[in-house]
Amino acid sequence: MEQQTTQTLYEQLGGQPAVNAAVDIFYRKVLVDNRINRFFEGVDMDQQIAKQKAFLTMVFGGPANYSGKDMRTGHARLISMGLNDSHVDAVIENLGATLTELGVAPPLIAKVAALAESVRNDVLNR
Amino acid sequence: MRSAAGTVPPRAQAGMKDSWKTRGYFFSCVCVPEENLEIDSADADIRMEALISSLEFLSGDVIRACLTTREPMDFRAGQYVTLIRNGVARSYSIASLPQAGELELHIRKIPGGQMSGWFHDAAQVGDTVSVVGPSGECFYVSGREDQPLILAGTGTGLAPLYGIVRDALQCRHRGPIHVFHGALNRRGLYLVNELRELARRHPQLQYTPAVLGGDEAGDAAVGPIDSVILSRIPNLSGWRGFVCGDPGLVQMLKKKLFLAGMASSDIYADAFLPAAPS
Ligand SMILES: Cc1cc2nc3c(=O)[nH]c(=O)nc-3n(C[C@H](O)[C@H](O)[C@H](O)COP(=O)(O)OP(=O)(O)OC[C@H]3O[C@@H](n4cnc5c(N)ncnc54)[C@H](O)[C@@H]3O)c2cc1C
Ligand code: HEM
Repeated sequence: MEQQTTQTLYEQLGGQPAVNAAVDIFYRKVLVDNRINRFFEGVDMDQQIAKQKAFLTMVFGGPANYSGKDMRTGHARLISMGLNDSHVDAVIENLGATLTELGVAPPLIAKVAALAESVRNDVLNR
Repeated sequence: MRSAAGTVPPRAQAGMKDSWKTRGYFFSCVCVPEENLEIDSADADIRMEALISSLEFLSGDVIRACLTTREPMDFRAGQYVTLIRNGVARSYSIASLPQAGELELHIRKIPGGQMSGWFHDAAQVGDTVSVVGPSGECFYVSGREDQPLILAGTGTGLAPLYGIVRDALQCRHRGPIHVFHGALNRRGLYLVNELRELARRHPQLQYTPAVLGGDEAGDAAVGPIDSVILSRIPNLSGWRGFVCGDPGLVQMLKKKLFLAGMASSDIYADAFLPAAPS
Protein backbone atom coordinates (compact mmCIF):
# COMPACT_ATOMS: atom_id res chain seq x y z
CA MET A 1 0.00 0.00 0.00
CA GLU A 2 2.81 2.33 0.98
CA GLN A 3 4.31 1.77 -2.42
CA GLN A 4 1.18 2.68 -4.34
CA THR A 5 0.99 6.16 -2.88
CA THR A 6 4.56 6.89 -3.93
CA GLN A 7 3.88 5.85 -7.53
CA THR A 8 4.01 8.67 -10.02
CA LEU A 9 1.00 9.41 -12.20
CA TYR A 10 2.88 7.89 -15.13
CA GLU A 11 3.43 4.67 -13.22
CA GLN A 12 -0.17 4.56 -12.04
CA LEU A 13 -1.32 4.84 -15.65
CA GLY A 14 0.93 1.97 -16.69
CA GLY A 15 3.98 3.73 -18.12
CA GLN A 16 5.25 3.21 -21.66
CA PRO A 17 2.89 0.31 -22.49
CA ALA A 18 -0.05 2.55 -21.55
CA VAL A 19 1.26 5.27 -23.88
CA ASN A 20 1.58 2.68 -26.65
CA ALA A 21 -1.97 1.49 -26.04
CA ALA A 22 -3.35 5.03 -26.02
CA VAL A 23 -1.56 6.46 -29.02
CA ASP A 24 -3.56 4.75 -31.78
CA ILE A 25 -6.88 5.40 -30.10
CA PHE A 26 -6.04 9.05 -29.49
CA TYR A 27 -4.60 9.69 -32.97
CA ARG A 28 -7.63 8.02 -34.61
CA LYS A 29 -9.95 10.31 -32.65
CA VAL A 30 -7.94 13.38 -33.59
CA LEU A 31 -7.88 12.47 -37.30
CA VAL A 32 -11.67 12.26 -37.48
CA ASP A 33 -12.34 15.32 -35.28
CA ASN A 34 -13.19 18.09 -37.73
CA ARG A 35 -12.52 20.76 -35.14
CA ILE A 36 -8.79 19.97 -35.05
CA ASN A 37 -7.76 17.45 -37.69
CA ARG A 38 -6.43 20.12 -40.05
CA PHE A 39 -3.58 20.73 -37.56
CA PHE A 40 -2.55 17.09 -37.75
CA GLU A 41 -2.48 16.59 -41.48
CA GLY A 42 1.24 16.01 -41.44
CA VAL A 43 2.51 14.15 -44.47
CA ASP A 44 3.99 11.22 -42.67
CA MET A 45 1.86 9.15 -40.33
CA ASP A 46 4.80 7.51 -38.55
CA GLN A 47 6.23 10.92 -37.62
CA GLN A 48 2.82 12.06 -36.40
CA ILE A 49 2.47 8.92 -34.28
CA ALA A 50 5.89 9.61 -32.72
CA LYS A 51 4.78 13.14 -31.83
CA GLN A 52 1.52 11.91 -30.36
CA LYS A 53 3.59 9.56 -28.22
CA ALA A 54 5.64 12.50 -27.00
CA PHE A 55 2.45 14.39 -26.21
CA LEU A 56 0.92 11.47 -24.30
CA THR A 57 4.11 10.74 -22.38
CA MET A 58 4.20 14.36 -21.30
CA VAL A 59 0.58 14.62 -20.13
CA PHE A 60 0.85 11.22 -18.43
CA GLY A 61 3.57 12.80 -16.31
CA GLY A 62 6.23 10.60 -17.88
CA PRO A 63 9.86 11.20 -18.76
CA ALA A 64 9.59 14.11 -21.20
CA ASN A 65 12.07 16.90 -21.50
CA TYR A 66 10.01 19.73 -22.90
CA SER A 67 10.30 23.23 -21.52
CA GLY A 68 7.58 25.87 -21.76
CA LYS A 69 9.72 27.46 -24.47
CA ASP A 70 9.73 24.18 -26.43
CA MET A 71 5.94 24.12 -26.26
CA ARG A 72 5.82 27.69 -27.56
CA THR A 73 8.14 27.08 -30.49
CA GLY A 74 6.68 23.62 -31.16
CA HIS A 75 3.19 25.02 -31.65
CA ALA A 76 4.10 28.38 -33.21
CA ARG A 77 3.31 27.09 -36.69
CA LEU A 78 -0.14 26.07 -35.46
CA ILE A 79 -0.82 29.49 -33.89
CA SER A 80 -0.31 30.99 -37.32
CA MET A 81 -2.94 28.52 -38.54
CA GLY A 82 -5.40 29.88 -35.97
CA LEU A 83 -4.83 27.63 -32.92
CA ASN A 84 -6.88 28.86 -29.93
CA ASP A 85 -8.53 27.78 -26.66
CA SER A 86 -11.29 25.82 -28.39
CA HIS A 87 -8.66 23.55 -29.98
CA VAL A 88 -6.94 22.91 -26.66
CA ASP A 89 -10.36 22.03 -25.23
CA ALA A 90 -10.92 19.58 -28.08
CA VAL A 91 -7.53 17.91 -27.55
CA ILE A 92 -8.19 17.52 -23.83
CA GLU A 93 -11.65 16.14 -24.61
CA ASN A 94 -10.18 13.52 -26.99
CA LEU A 95 -7.58 12.68 -24.40
CA GLY A 96 -10.28 12.08 -21.78
CA ALA A 97 -12.34 9.95 -24.18
CA THR A 98 -9.25 7.89 -25.01
CA LEU A 99 -8.49 7.19 -21.37
CA THR A 100 -12.14 6.39 -20.62
CA GLU A 101 -12.08 3.89 -23.48
CA LEU A 102 -9.00 2.30 -21.92
CA GLY A 103 -10.78 1.96 -18.59
CA VAL A 104 -8.73 4.55 -16.70
CA ALA A 105 -10.39 5.72 -13.47
CA PRO A 106 -11.94 9.24 -13.56
CA PRO A 107 -9.66 10.71 -10.83
CA LEU A 108 -6.60 9.75 -12.88
CA ILE A 109 -8.14 11.20 -16.04
CA ALA A 110 -8.67 14.45 -14.13
CA LYS A 111 -4.99 14.51 -13.22
CA VAL A 112 -3.97 14.02 -16.85
CA ALA A 113 -6.33 16.80 -17.94
CA ALA A 114 -4.85 19.09 -15.28
CA LEU A 115 -1.36 18.39 -16.58
CA ALA A 116 -2.46 19.29 -20.11
CA GLU A 117 -4.17 22.44 -18.74
CA SER A 118 -0.93 23.50 -17.09
CA VAL A 119 0.74 24.03 -20.48
CA ARG A 120 -2.25 25.68 -22.18
CA ASN A 121 -0.71 29.15 -22.03
CA ASP A 122 2.61 27.90 -23.37
CA VAL A 123 0.94 26.06 -26.24
CA LEU A 124 -1.09 29.17 -27.07
CA ASN A 125 1.98 31.40 -26.61
CA ARG A 126 0.38 33.72 -24.07
CA MET B 1 21.13 0.57 -33.47
CA ARG B 2 21.29 -2.86 -34.93
CA SER B 3 22.91 -6.04 -33.69
CA ALA B 4 24.79 -8.25 -36.14
CA ALA B 5 25.10 -11.19 -33.75
CA GLY B 6 23.83 -12.04 -30.28
CA THR B 7 20.47 -11.85 -28.53
CA VAL B 8 18.90 -8.48 -27.88
CA PRO B 9 16.91 -8.29 -24.60
CA PRO B 10 13.16 -7.91 -25.39
CA ARG B 11 12.95 -4.74 -23.29
CA ALA B 12 15.27 -2.98 -25.73
CA GLN B 13 12.82 -3.69 -28.58
CA ALA B 14 9.50 -2.90 -26.85
CA GLY B 15 7.10 -0.98 -29.07
CA MET B 16 9.14 -1.59 -32.20
CA LYS B 17 7.74 -2.99 -35.43
CA ASP B 18 8.27 -6.74 -35.76
CA SER B 19 10.24 -6.35 -38.97
CA TRP B 20 12.69 -4.04 -37.20
CA LYS B 21 13.08 -6.55 -34.39
CA THR B 22 13.75 -9.31 -36.92
CA ARG B 23 16.57 -7.31 -38.40
CA GLY B 24 18.13 -6.90 -34.97
CA TYR B 25 17.34 -3.23 -34.35
CA PHE B 26 17.04 -2.08 -30.75
CA PHE B 27 16.82 1.09 -28.68
CA SER B 28 20.36 1.62 -27.42
CA CYS B 29 19.12 3.88 -24.60
CA VAL B 30 17.36 1.02 -22.80
CA CYS B 31 19.52 -1.92 -23.90
CA VAL B 32 21.38 -3.79 -21.19
CA PRO B 33 22.87 -6.77 -23.08
CA GLU B 34 22.61 -10.15 -21.39
CA GLU B 35 25.26 -11.65 -23.61
CA ASN B 36 27.84 -10.39 -26.07
CA LEU B 37 26.31 -8.29 -28.82
CA GLU B 38 28.02 -7.48 -32.05
CA ILE B 39 26.88 -4.07 -33.26
CA ASP B 40 26.50 -3.37 -36.95
CA SER B 41 28.15 -0.25 -38.27
CA ALA B 42 25.58 2.13 -39.73
CA ASP B 43 26.70 1.41 -43.26
CA ALA B 44 27.07 -2.36 -43.34
CA ASP B 45 25.55 -2.63 -46.82
CA ILE B 46 27.99 -3.81 -49.39
CA ARG B 47 28.16 -2.96 -53.04
CA MET B 48 28.12 -5.94 -55.38
CA GLU B 49 28.25 -6.52 -59.08
CA ALA B 50 25.12 -8.10 -60.52
CA LEU B 51 24.48 -9.65 -63.89
CA ILE B 52 21.19 -9.26 -65.72
CA SER B 53 20.03 -12.83 -66.24
CA SER B 54 16.67 -12.13 -67.87
CA LEU B 55 14.48 -9.29 -69.12
CA GLU B 56 10.80 -9.76 -69.88
CA PHE B 57 7.79 -7.48 -70.33
CA LEU B 58 5.07 -7.98 -67.71
CA SER B 59 2.85 -5.28 -69.21
CA GLY B 60 3.18 -2.45 -71.71
CA ASP B 61 5.29 -0.34 -69.39
CA VAL B 62 6.64 -2.78 -66.79
CA ILE B 63 9.68 -4.92 -67.37
CA ARG B 64 10.78 -7.79 -65.15
CA ALA B 65 14.54 -7.78 -64.68
CA CYS B 66 16.22 -10.66 -62.90
CA LEU B 67 19.70 -10.07 -61.53
CA THR B 68 22.20 -12.51 -60.13
CA THR B 69 24.82 -11.28 -57.72
CA ARG B 70 28.25 -12.90 -57.56
CA GLU B 71 27.82 -13.57 -53.84
CA PRO B 72 24.37 -14.66 -52.69
CA MET B 73 22.57 -11.72 -51.11
CA ASP B 74 20.81 -12.14 -47.78
CA PHE B 75 17.45 -10.41 -48.22
CA ARG B 76 13.76 -10.70 -47.39
CA ALA B 77 11.15 -10.49 -50.13
CA GLY B 78 9.70 -6.98 -50.02
CA GLN B 79 12.96 -5.27 -49.14
CA TYR B 80 14.62 -3.16 -51.81
CA VAL B 81 18.02 -2.82 -53.40
CA THR B 82 19.64 0.23 -54.90
CA LEU B 83 21.05 -0.16 -58.39
CA ILE B 84 23.94 2.02 -59.47
CA ARG B 85 24.94 2.58 -63.07
CA ASN B 86 27.02 5.44 -64.47
CA GLY B 87 26.63 7.37 -61.24
CA VAL B 88 22.83 7.07 -61.22
CA ALA B 89 21.40 5.31 -58.14
CA ARG B 90 17.76 4.13 -58.00
CA SER B 91 15.96 1.80 -55.61
CA TYR B 92 13.81 -1.16 -56.67
CA SER B 93 11.81 -3.56 -54.55
CA ILE B 94 12.53 -7.27 -54.52
CA ALA B 95 9.73 -9.52 -55.80
CA SER B 96 11.58 -12.82 -55.43
CA LEU B 97 12.33 -15.12 -52.53
CA PRO B 98 15.98 -15.67 -51.55
CA GLN B 99 15.98 -19.33 -52.62
CA ALA B 100 15.21 -18.28 -56.21
CA GLY B 101 18.89 -17.33 -56.27
CA GLU B 102 18.19 -14.06 -58.06
CA LEU B 103 16.76 -10.63 -57.50
CA GLU B 104 13.49 -10.16 -59.37
CA LEU B 105 12.67 -6.49 -59.96
CA HIS B 106 9.66 -4.90 -61.69
CA ILE B 107 10.69 -1.68 -63.37
CA ARG B 108 8.12 0.73 -64.74
CA LYS B 109 9.15 2.96 -67.60
CA ILE B 110 9.19 6.61 -66.52
CA PRO B 111 9.25 9.09 -69.44
CA GLY B 112 12.77 10.50 -69.60
CA GLY B 113 13.81 8.24 -66.72
CA GLN B 114 17.53 7.54 -66.55
CA MET B 115 17.52 4.13 -64.90
CA SER B 116 14.13 2.83 -66.00
CA GLY B 117 14.74 4.14 -69.52
CA TRP B 118 18.00 2.21 -69.73
CA PHE B 119 16.31 -1.01 -68.60
CA HIS B 120 13.49 -0.59 -71.11
CA ASP B 121 15.45 0.63 -74.11
CA ALA B 122 19.05 -0.49 -73.88
CA ALA B 123 19.78 -3.13 -71.27
CA GLN B 124 20.70 -6.61 -72.50
CA VAL B 125 20.90 -9.94 -70.77
CA GLY B 126 24.51 -10.26 -69.63
CA ASP B 127 24.94 -6.55 -68.80
CA THR B 128 26.08 -5.70 -65.28
CA VAL B 129 25.00 -3.13 -62.71
CA SER B 130 26.11 -2.46 -59.14
CA VAL B 131 23.73 -3.38 -56.36
CA VAL B 132 23.66 -2.01 -52.82
CA GLY B 133 21.42 -3.39 -50.12
CA PRO B 134 19.14 -4.87 -49.12
CA SER B 135 17.26 -2.23 -47.13
CA GLY B 136 13.75 -1.65 -45.88
CA GLU B 137 11.46 -3.02 -43.23
CA CYS B 138 8.47 -3.86 -45.40
CA PHE B 139 8.48 -7.66 -45.26
CA TYR B 140 6.63 -10.60 -43.72
CA VAL B 141 7.53 -11.61 -40.17
CA SER B 142 6.31 -15.00 -38.97
CA GLY B 143 4.96 -15.65 -35.51
CA ARG B 144 1.34 -14.61 -35.88
CA GLU B 145 0.30 -17.10 -38.54
CA ASP B 146 -3.44 -16.64 -38.03
CA GLN B 147 -3.50 -12.87 -38.33
CA PRO B 148 -5.38 -11.67 -41.43
CA LEU B 149 -3.18 -9.78 -43.90
CA ILE B 150 -3.86 -7.08 -46.46
CA LEU B 151 -1.37 -6.38 -49.23
CA ALA B 152 -2.22 -3.34 -51.31
CA GLY B 153 -0.45 -1.37 -53.98
CA THR B 154 -0.74 0.25 -57.37
CA GLY B 155 1.52 -0.04 -60.40
CA THR B 156 4.89 -1.60 -59.60
CA GLY B 157 3.89 -1.41 -55.93
CA LEU B 158 2.99 -5.00 -56.74
CA ALA B 159 6.68 -5.99 -56.86
CA PRO B 160 7.29 -6.12 -53.09
CA LEU B 161 3.78 -7.46 -52.50
CA TYR B 162 4.34 -10.33 -54.94
CA GLY B 163 7.40 -11.26 -52.91
CA ILE B 164 5.71 -10.78 -49.53
CA VAL B 165 2.66 -12.88 -50.40
CA ARG B 166 4.78 -15.81 -51.51
CA ASP B 167 7.03 -15.42 -48.47
CA ALA B 168 3.97 -15.50 -46.17
CA LEU B 169 2.62 -18.61 -47.89
CA GLN B 170 5.98 -20.29 -47.67
CA CYS B 171 6.13 -19.45 -43.95
CA ARG B 172 2.80 -21.32 -43.74
CA HIS B 173 0.70 -18.30 -42.93
CA ARG B 174 -2.78 -19.64 -42.20
CA GLY B 175 -4.86 -16.48 -41.73
CA PRO B 176 -6.65 -14.84 -44.69
CA ILE B 177 -4.40 -12.95 -47.10
CA HIS B 178 -5.97 -10.36 -49.39
CA VAL B 179 -3.92 -8.94 -52.25
CA PHE B 180 -5.29 -5.78 -53.89
CA HIS B 181 -3.54 -4.48 -56.99
CA GLY B 182 -4.73 -1.21 -58.48
CA ALA B 183 -4.08 0.33 -61.90
CA LEU B 184 -5.57 3.04 -64.08
CA ASN B 185 -6.94 0.49 -66.51
CA ARG B 186 -6.80 -3.17 -67.37
CA ARG B 187 -3.51 -2.78 -69.28
CA GLY B 188 -1.81 -1.53 -66.11
CA LEU B 189 -2.46 -4.79 -64.27
CA TYR B 190 0.14 -7.52 -64.51
CA LEU B 191 0.88 -11.01 -63.14
CA VAL B 192 -2.90 -11.44 -63.12
CA ASN B 193 -2.80 -15.09 -64.16
CA GLU B 194 0.06 -15.93 -61.81
CA LEU B 195 -1.80 -14.40 -58.84
CA ARG B 196 -5.07 -16.10 -59.80
CA GLU B 197 -3.24 -19.41 -60.00
CA LEU B 198 -1.57 -18.77 -56.62
CA ALA B 199 -5.00 -18.01 -55.10
CA ARG B 200 -6.39 -21.22 -56.59
CA ARG B 201 -3.68 -23.24 -54.89
CA HIS B 202 -3.99 -21.46 -51.53
CA PRO B 203 -7.55 -21.20 -50.19
CA GLN B 204 -6.56 -18.54 -47.63
CA LEU B 205 -5.42 -16.22 -50.43
CA GLN B 206 -7.71 -13.82 -52.23
CA TYR B 207 -6.57 -11.63 -55.12
CA THR B 208 -8.50 -8.57 -56.22
CA PRO B 209 -7.31 -6.54 -59.19
CA ALA B 210 -8.90 -3.08 -59.32
CA VAL B 211 -8.99 -0.46 -62.06
CA LEU B 212 -10.11 3.16 -62.11
CA GLY B 213 -11.50 3.14 -65.65
CA GLY B 214 -14.77 1.28 -66.09
CA ASP B 215 -15.25 0.44 -69.77
CA GLU B 216 -12.66 -2.29 -70.14
CA ALA B 217 -12.41 -3.53 -66.58
CA GLY B 218 -13.22 -7.12 -67.48
CA ASP B 219 -13.50 -9.01 -64.22
CA ALA B 220 -11.44 -6.47 -62.24
CA ALA B 221 -13.12 -4.43 -59.51
CA VAL B 222 -13.78 -0.81 -60.48
CA GLY B 223 -12.94 2.15 -58.27
CA PRO B 224 -10.14 3.73 -56.26
CA ILE B 225 -8.18 1.03 -54.44
CA ASP B 226 -9.06 2.35 -50.97
CA SER B 227 -12.79 2.13 -51.66
CA VAL B 228 -12.39 -1.31 -53.22
CA ILE B 229 -10.60 -2.51 -50.08
CA LEU B 230 -12.91 -0.90 -47.53
CA SER B 231 -16.10 -1.95 -49.29
CA ARG B 232 -14.92 -5.55 -48.93
CA ILE B 233 -13.31 -5.31 -45.48
CA PRO B 234 -14.76 -2.36 -43.55
CA ASN B 235 -13.19 -3.23 -40.20
CA LEU B 236 -9.44 -3.84 -40.17
CA SER B 237 -8.96 -4.10 -36.45
CA GLY B 238 -6.50 -6.94 -35.81
CA TRP B 239 -5.23 -7.00 -39.42
CA ARG B 240 -1.67 -6.51 -40.60
CA GLY B 241 -1.12 -4.39 -43.71
CA PHE B 242 1.54 -3.96 -46.38
CA VAL B 243 1.24 -0.90 -48.60
CA CYS B 244 3.62 -0.09 -51.46
CA GLY B 245 3.93 2.14 -54.49
CA ASP B 246 3.32 5.79 -55.29
CA PRO B 247 4.11 7.98 -52.23
CA GLY B 248 0.81 9.88 -52.27
CA LEU B 249 -1.14 6.65 -52.49
CA VAL B 250 0.91 5.04 -49.72
CA GLN B 251 0.27 7.98 -47.36
CA MET B 252 -3.42 7.94 -48.14
CA LEU B 253 -3.80 4.17 -47.78
CA LYS B 254 -1.87 4.03 -44.51
CA LYS B 255 -4.27 6.55 -43.03
CA LYS B 256 -7.35 4.76 -44.37
CA LEU B 257 -6.21 1.39 -43.03
CA PHE B 258 -5.41 2.99 -39.69
CA LEU B 259 -8.78 4.72 -39.47
CA ALA B 260 -10.46 1.41 -40.32
CA GLY B 261 -8.92 0.01 -37.15
CA MET B 262 -5.51 -1.37 -38.11
CA ALA B 263 -2.88 -0.79 -35.41
CA SER B 264 -0.17 1.65 -36.49
CA SER B 265 2.49 -0.90 -35.50
CA ASP B 266 0.90 -3.43 -37.89
CA ILE B 267 1.22 -1.18 -40.95
CA TYR B 268 4.28 -1.81 -43.11
CA ALA B 269 4.86 0.49 -46.05
CA ASP B 270 7.31 1.47 -48.74
CA ALA B 271 6.75 4.68 -50.65
CA PHE B 272 8.45 4.75 -54.07
CA LEU B 273 9.85 8.24 -53.69
CA PRO B 274 11.45 9.60 -56.86
CA ALA B 275 15.17 10.29 -56.64
CA ALA B 276 16.12 13.80 -55.57
CA PRO B 277 17.11 15.85 -58.63
CA SER B 278 20.88 15.83 -58.94
C1 LIG C 1 12.16 2.24 -51.64
C2 LIG C 1 11.86 2.41 -53.11
C3 LIG C 1 11.45 1.31 -53.85
C4 LIG C 1 11.15 1.45 -55.19
N1 LIG C 1 10.73 0.36 -55.89
C5 LIG C 1 10.43 0.47 -57.20
C6 LIG C 1 9.99 -0.68 -57.95
O1 LIG C 1 9.89 -1.79 -57.42
N2 LIG C 1 9.66 -0.50 -59.24
C7 LIG C 1 9.77 0.72 -59.87
O2 LIG C 1 9.45 0.81 -61.06
N3 LIG C 1 10.19 1.81 -59.19
C8 LIG C 1 10.54 1.72 -57.88
N4 LIG C 1 10.98 2.83 -57.21
C9 LIG C 1 11.18 4.10 -57.94
C10 LIG C 1 12.58 4.08 -58.59
O3 LIG C 1 13.56 4.11 -57.57
C11 LIG C 1 12.87 5.27 -59.51
O4 LIG C 1 12.54 6.47 -58.84
C12 LIG C 1 12.10 5.23 -60.83
O5 LIG C 1 12.38 4.01 -61.49
C13 LIG C 1 12.49 6.41 -61.72
O6 LIG C 1 13.88 6.42 -61.93
P1 LIG C 1 14.51 6.88 -63.33
O7 LIG C 1 15.97 6.99 -63.16
O8 LIG C 1 14.00 6.03 -64.42
O9 LIG C 1 13.87 8.31 -63.54
P2 LIG C 1 14.56 9.76 -63.18
O10 LIG C 1 15.66 9.99 -64.16
O11 LIG C 1 14.87 9.77 -61.75
O12 LIG C 1 13.36 10.71 -63.46
C14 LIG C 1 13.00 11.23 -64.73
C15 LIG C 1 11.90 12.25 -64.58
O13 LIG C 1 10.69 11.61 -64.19
C16 LIG C 1 10.23 12.11 -62.95
N5 LIG C 1 9.70 10.99 -62.18
C17 LIG C 1 10.40 10.14 -61.39
N6 LIG C 1 9.58 9.20 -60.88
C18 LIG C 1 8.35 9.46 -61.35
C19 LIG C 1 7.08 8.85 -61.18
N7 LIG C 1 6.91 7.79 -60.40
N8 LIG C 1 6.03 9.36 -61.85
C20 LIG C 1 6.17 10.43 -62.62
N9 LIG C 1 7.36 11.07 -62.82
C21 LIG C 1 8.43 10.59 -62.20
C22 LIG C 1 11.44 12.75 -62.31
O14 LIG C 1 11.07 13.79 -61.42
C23 LIG C 1 12.21 13.28 -63.49
O15 LIG C 1 11.73 14.51 -63.91
C24 LIG C 1 11.27 2.72 -55.84
C25 LIG C 1 11.71 3.80 -55.09
C26 LIG C 1 12.00 3.67 -53.74
C27 LIG C 1 12.46 4.86 -52.97
C1 HEM D 1 -2.84 20.63 -24.33
C2 HEM D 1 -1.53 20.71 -24.23
C3 HEM D 1 -0.59 20.21 -25.28
C4 HEM D 1 0.58 19.58 -25.03
C5 HEM D 1 1.14 19.20 -23.66
C6 HEM D 1 1.21 19.29 -26.28
C7 HEM D 1 2.40 18.63 -26.42
C8 HEM D 1 3.04 18.38 -27.60
C9 HEM D 1 4.30 17.70 -27.74
C10 HEM D 1 5.15 17.18 -26.60
C11 HEM D 1 4.58 17.66 -29.04
C12 HEM D 1 5.81 17.01 -29.70
C13 HEM D 1 6.84 18.04 -30.03
C14 HEM D 1 7.97 17.41 -30.81
O1 HEM D 1 8.59 16.47 -30.32
O2 HEM D 1 8.19 17.86 -31.92
C15 HEM D 1 3.50 18.28 -29.75
C16 HEM D 1 3.42 18.40 -31.12
C17 HEM D 1 2.27 18.77 -31.78
N1 HEM D 1 1.11 19.26 -31.23
FE1 HEM D 1 0.79 19.56 -29.26
N2 HEM D 1 0.39 19.75 -27.30
C18 HEM D 1 -0.70 20.30 -26.73
C19 HEM D 1 -1.76 20.88 -27.41
C20 HEM D 1 -1.94 20.83 -28.78
C21 HEM D 1 -3.12 21.27 -29.48
C22 HEM D 1 -4.32 21.95 -28.84
C23 HEM D 1 -2.92 21.01 -30.80
C24 HEM D 1 -3.81 21.24 -32.01
C25 HEM D 1 -5.10 21.17 -31.99
C26 HEM D 1 -1.61 20.38 -30.93
C27 HEM D 1 -1.07 19.96 -32.10
C28 HEM D 1 0.21 19.48 -32.22
C29 HEM D 1 0.81 19.13 -33.50
C30 HEM D 1 0.14 19.20 -34.87
C31 HEM D 1 2.10 18.71 -33.22
C32 HEM D 1 3.15 18.27 -34.23
C33 HEM D 1 3.91 19.50 -34.59
C34 HEM D 1 4.47 19.44 -35.97
O3 HEM D 1 3.69 19.18 -36.90
O4 HEM D 1 5.67 19.71 -36.11
N3 HEM D 1 -1.07 20.29 -29.68
N4 HEM D 1 2.57 18.70 -28.86
